Amino acid sequence: MHIVVPVKLVPDLVEELVIDASGCALDPDTLRLQLNEFDGHAIEQAILLKERGGGQVTVIAPDLEGVDDVLYTAAAKGADRLIKLCDHFGQAVNNHAMARAVAEVIKPLQPDLVLTGVQSHSDLDGSIGPLLAGYLAMPYVGYIAGVTLSDGRATVRKEYPGGLVAELEVTLPAVLGIQAADQPPRYVAFSRIRQAMKSATIEEQTVAALDTSGGPAVARMYKPEVAARATMLDGKPDEVADQLVALFRELGVL
Amino acid sequence: MSQDIYVVIEHLRGQVADISYVLCAAARQLAAASGGQVVGVLLGHNVQGLAQDVAVDRLLVMDDPQLADFIPDRYQQALAGLLSAQAPRVTLFGDTSIGAELAGGLSVQLGWPLVSYCRSVRADDGRLLYISQLCGGKVMAEGEIPAPHALLAMVPGGFQAEQGKRTSPPPVETVASAAVGGRITLKQYIEPESGDVDISKEAILVSVGRGIQNADNIEMVQELAAALGGVVSASRPVVDQGWLPTTRLVGKSGKRVKPRLYLALGISGAPEHAEAITDSQTIIAVNTDASAPIFDIARYGTTLDLFDLVPALTEKVRQAKQ
Ligand SMILES: Cc1cc2nc3c(=O)[nH]c(=O)nc-3n(C[C@H](O)[C@H](O)[C@H](O)COP(=O)(O)OP(=O)(O)OC[C@H]3O[C@@H](n4cnc5c(N)ncnc54)[C@H](O)[C@@H]3O)c2cc1C
Ligand SMILES: Nc1ncnc2c1ncn2[C@@H]1O[C@H](COP(=O)(O)O)[C@@H](O)[C@H]1O
Repeated sequence: MHIVVPVKLVPDLVEELVIDASGCALDPDTLRLQLNEFDGHAIEQAILLKERGGGQVTVIAPDLEGVDDVLYTAAAKGADRLIKLCDHFGQAVNNHAMARAVAEVIKPLQPDLVLTGVQSHSDLDGSIGPLLAGYLAMPYVGYIAGVTLSDGRATVRKEYPGGLVAELEVTLPAVLGIQAADQPPRYVAFSRIRQAMKSATIEEQTVAALDTSGGPAVARMYKPEVAARATMLDGKPDEVADQLVALFRELGVL
Repeated sequence: MSQDIYVVIEHLRGQVADISYVLCAAARQLAAASGGQVVGVLLGHNVQGLAQDVAVDRLLVMDDPQLADFIPDRYQQALAGLLSAQAPRVTLFGDTSIGAELAGGLSVQLGWPLVSYCRSVRADDGRLLYISQLCGGKVMAEGEIPAPHALLAMVPGGFQAEQGKRTSPPPVETVASAAVGGRITLKQYIEPESGDVDISKEAILVSVGRGIQNADNIEMVQELAAALGGVVSASRPVVDQGWLPTTRLVGKSGKRVKPRLYLALGISGAPEHAEAITDSQTIIAVNTDASAPIFDIARYGTTLDLFDLVPALTEKVRQAKQ
């Protein structure tokens, strides 16, 4: 069982997001990148499947700031092979381009399963998973919380609103969009990551020029205009608690 | 090619999803500018009578036992045949567990560009524009909807469902099904857990997010909820960590809620959470990040640390009740 997990690095939303001088993109110099949260779940799901049934896990990431940390962390958790996609990732690329590039890297690996995070908050042209499945000519199912493998098939739990789940069976090889791993992503101590930095190797693969067709052009990027922001309550905890109690009374809930 | 705007009507187990009406509302704006019609596409089995109130000019129904349930590859092939033959100007999907994967797969299969996270559309001088919500709602991106064909995956918030309804049933045309699949099959549905409180019916919700840090801290919030006579609900990370059961999940994959008071503690207000609390009478948010999107939808807020505020608040509420 060879499981490949291509991951995305996305802006950390806790940081202030700055729009660049062109007015149609985020300023890359001010962004702090981190692993897309749902890709963390995809890595965890891959490692859980390997622990249960054996196999190999390969993690692929574009060469952006912080990528080595992400890859070594994945190795410390149990990933076997780390691939860094080099060149052309200096500027923001869309997911169509990314999926085309990743598909070319994945094809020769002949994976049984490709796991991606179900989405990231920067997917303006669709999430990677279904696009990748298209380029790889594999079936895709997304919004998955729960995967088991047997006899060349994956049984997956696809989530619908309100807690309804559909159990689907998918013939491998397939691409799955992971919403939540069977277990929350594990924590690895920094000492284990440091160990991985010594023992694991990151393979660099150069990708051909990127083809961004399939995504829309952005003419303008801006912060949302908000109708009305919350009235802020200031003071020490006791004082704010008093104001809230008064509000609760006003609202008739107390 | 046509100037028509197609809407893929989303439905699950006999119920048209709210997003379908939002799509119709958006489609009407686009069609007014493009000069085409709004055409609904309904895939399913025994779906006659469904979607009688969607605001479309025509409804195309593809009825096939193979399409009785949403099976991604079958639905994609069925739509690929129809869309490549009809070549509409724009086709709208929900950015949901049904629409998102169809739109992505079709973008590759048909070679038509895709715009996701689309919250609104507008026309400007004959050009059709998308407005998408990125970075958890912190940034908007606007641009031209690619021509001659494009797919749009829409999130709620930009249009009211009411704007996408009509009172008389639309004219219906039956179209042949070209559904083929085979690599994905449905085994069963697993019903949501029941037996717990129904958060969609509660008047007071004390809701916790990742800011609560760990399972042990949930108790503190339960005490506040008990003092207020409400119940505890949560955002997705809290449920994914197993700190509270799925029945307490508020949001896109959980429940829509409409309490008199929604007290959000350590919740950032990501779109997938926010879309399900907009019917709350009053939202009060506690979040140390003054720029958190939750403050855009809350009526009142404070940037106090929830660990400082909650014990004090519980105490004051208890006193007030005596
Ligand atoms: C397909 C899909 C479906 C989804 N469905 C849902 C859904 O149904 N429901 C849902 O909630 N999410 C859903 N999500 C996830 C959603 O995108 C967000 O990741 C999630 O809502 C974030 O939860 P949060 O606000 O608790 O965490 P975060 O975004 O991490 O926010 C935590 C907040 O706590 C604040 N904070 C931290 N410490 C403190 C403190 N001591 N005091 C006060 N504030 C503090 C921080 O400033 C931060 O704003 C879905 C995602 C996808 C992709
Ligand atoms: N589940 C994960 N899998 C792979 N990398 C991760 C994961 N969680 C965090 N990281 C990355 O590891 C580094 C340290 O993460 P943290 O320990 O969360 O600060 C960051 O670069 C993260 O992007």
